Amino acid sequence: MHIMEGFLPSPWWEIWFLVSLPFIVIGLYQLNKLVQEKREALPLLAVAGAFVFVLSSLKLPSFNGSCSHPTGTGLGGVLFGPCIAAVLGLIVLIFQAVFLAHGGLTTLGANVFSMGIAGPAVAYLIYKAGTRAGANTYATVFVAAALADLFTYVVTSVQLALAFPGTAGFLGAFSAFAAIFAVTQVPLAIVEGAVIMLVFKYIVQLKPEILTRLDLLSESTVQKLREAAA
Amino acid sequence: MKYGMEIAVAALIIVFAAVFLVQDAAIQATGEEAWGGADGEAADLIEASGYEPWTEPFWAPPSGEVESLLFALQAAIGAVIIGYIFGYWQGSRNTA
Repeated sequence: MHIMEGFLPSPWWEIWFLVSLPFIVIGLYQLNKLVQEKREALPLLAVAGAFVFVLSSLKLPSFNGSCSHPTGTGLGGVLFGPCIAAVLGLIVLIFQAVFLAHGGLTTLGANVFSMGIAGPAVAYLIYKAGTRAGANTYATVFVAAALADLFTYVVTSVQLALAFPGTAGFLGAFSAFAAIFAVTQVPLAIVEGAVIMLVFKYIVQLKPEILTRLDLLSESTVQKLREAAA
Repeated sequence: MKYGMEIAVAALIIVFAAVFLVQDAAIQATGEEAWGGADGEAADLIEASGYEPWTEPFWAPPSGEVESLLFALQAAIGAVIIGYIFGYWQGSRNTA
């Protein structure tokens, strides 16, 4: 999903910076509040950030002969919402842009939007909807994380198609980019969803009180999940 | 089943790896080059339309070795933090 340095012409790279900026500002504000009011959630925040570090560094081969990487931001999205996930994504994307020439500083706004905001927002909404509907918690996390990963790549395809509609027009360009990104991503999204689901299970086993404190799970649901695992 | 989810995830990853091996064998047989990055493919598609990137990364890893070092470092930093915190939680549960 990284749009490489210099591959977004003006005005698109400025536009995506402007779109991402408010999320980052709200995310920093929410982080500040989290640090002051819910200090016990900080280790979980570190896990969510570390998860993005690990997963986004793994370039996996997909079934159509190219490689891509999971994003790992679905976990942060489920746990803390898209604004804080945007800050986590920003840190990783700066690391990769500066040290790895992966993505770029001018395309940072667009990349933060796809990986840090759009994907986690999907994860967050699916998780909220799933818990409200009383769906199985782990299944919900799986779907949320997998679709967050996939949606990130759909958004990248939209961003590139908007900037490079070419002669085929937006839809033609979108299907060309989506063929490269989104199709490669389907199997990776499934694996990412499964891994995040597993991590979520360990959080429920080890530190369920943080999840109830963040209003992610009710105590009765925690009780039920823990009994099922015992 | 206590480890049901672990087994299911492990099975999924094994299937994923197996599909890769089968696919790779098929591609190797045709002699084509494959398994490049999707990011680069998109960049090639854009460049094919005649677009020139208007700026370049100010620094790029000088070789594939240095690049893999930095990627491994990135994963290691994350893995250390995850391991530390889960270990801390586990430990504080056992002694509580």
